[in-house]
Amino acid sequence: MSENGITMVDENGMRLDGRTAEEHRPIKIEAGVLKNADGSAYLEIGKNKVLAAVYGPRECHPRHMQNPTRAIIQCKYNMQAYSVGDRKRPGTDRRSTEISKIISEALENVVLTELYPRASIDVYIEILQANAGTRCAGLTAASVALADAGIPMRDIIPAIASGKADGHVLLDLNKEEDNFGEADVPMAIVPGTDEIVLLQMDGHMTREEFDRAIEMGVAACHEVSDIQKDALRRRYSAEGCE
Amino acid sequence: MSNEIISEIRRDHLLNLLAKGERADGRAFDEFRPITVETGFIESADGSARVRMGDTEVIAGLKMIPGTPYPDAPASGVMSTGAELIPLAHASFESGPPSPDAVELARVVDRGIRESKMIDMDDLCIEEGKEVWMCFIDIYAINHDGNLFDASNLAAVAALRTATVPMEQYGKGEDRPLKTTCVPISVTMAKIGNDLIVDPNFDEGHIASCRLTVATDENGDFRAMQKGGSGGITVAELGRCLDMAVEKGREIRDILG
Repeated sequence: MSENGITMVDENGMRLDGRTAEEHRPIKIEAGVLKNADGSAYLEIGKNKVLAAVYGPRECHPRHMQNPTRAIIQCKYNMQAYSVGDRKRPGTDRRSTEISKIISEALENVVLTELYPRASIDVYIEILQANAGTRCAGLTAASVALADAGIPMRDIIPAIASGKADGHVLLDLNKEEDNFGEADVPMAIVPGTDEIVLLQMDGHMTREEFDRAIEMGVAACHEVSDIQKDALRRRYSAEGCE
Repeated sequence: MSNEIISEIRRDHLLNLLAKGERADGRAFDEFRPITVETGFIESADGSARVRMGDTEVIAGLKMIPGTPYPDAPASGVMSTGAELIPLAHASFESGPPSPDAVELARVVDRGIRESKMIDMDDLCIEEGKEVWMCFIDIYAINHDGNLFDASNLAAVAALRTATVPMEQYGKGEDRPLKTTCVPISVTMAKIGNDLIVDPNFDEGHIASCRLTVATDENGDFRAMQKGGSGGITVAELGRCLDMAVEKGREIRDILG
């Protein structure tokens, strides 16, 4: 039982939603879902529903943000008002500012920004429905949207969170597990090199638990990566093209 | 903190030194700058600390005010952490609403304190569902020479440990010390090329590809982490960072006393 006295993993190691410790929720990705954007993607993971759109490379506003040697990536992560239990007050808050910053940094690792001096590549992530793990869902969708926009990249970044609930290290916590859980470790990797490009942790974990969380997360990122590539293949296969 | 210009010459100089296993200020890769912690520096605050880490200097102050609890935690106090990167502290800082860097700094410090449960929130209940103490931790950078994360964490933690609940001021009885439990200590490492260094100063932070901030508790367990910057870090490097965070965390804990 967890510190809160709530059982989340039964004696057979099964979770409340029927998953094993190392199993992520069902993931569905569709690339190229928005007409106006240069690239876009729609993603579901469990009950999360996320849209990502890419505009650019285009002129960088505000101009003082321009970098004379490369493009900058400006990500805006936004939770829609109806996406959570209580109404979320629209607009930027400190949480979304931080998430936007770390997602931009992760994407800068793979985008060939040096090809577009002074430009901005704008990435918009909208959380339509939230059920824990939205920053990872958003980054995963954004990577597909960037590829859909034809932006040159070294790799496509997958992201997923692992964590700890009911004393067990678990992959991809859902809302209940996250609310009553003991730790959360969102991460993203470059699948070609296994380098970690986004990493946060909060809660309480021993070194052994954390190492396990990383191991699980990296393995799952590769599974997410396959789903991303499949979405892009479907979009650009002979049949799927308009 | 990304738009400052550090000359290519200086960058090359620092990289050459690192290749020889040296740092510009003579420190070992796993060595912090000298740290001083002065508590009670601001008498108008309910707790305060001024921390110097080499030439980096920050002040953290605590203000406690009675307020209404959140509906989902009617018997728990409330805490909030803010950070301001004021123009007095560095040429690159501007007045105005908090920049993303300031927001990130505040949230990373907040996370360490919150997740370690340093403040006994139940002790901050005045009347269940009606009134609780709200703790506002405000951090000001005074001089920025890198690693504001660890300096700010230390200042906030030192301020909290020496804080007084201002009971008299609000007619709630006699003043009493704020009850704290766990002490989270944050250690920040930067990756430059393939080297990992602790406590990056401004120049080192500027040429680093990424950084990792790790907050540990007394047992060496992890309470919060934040990676920043666009560079990647391998699982092996992450492991070395975690070892360093635990070891250096102990040393800093001793300084705090």
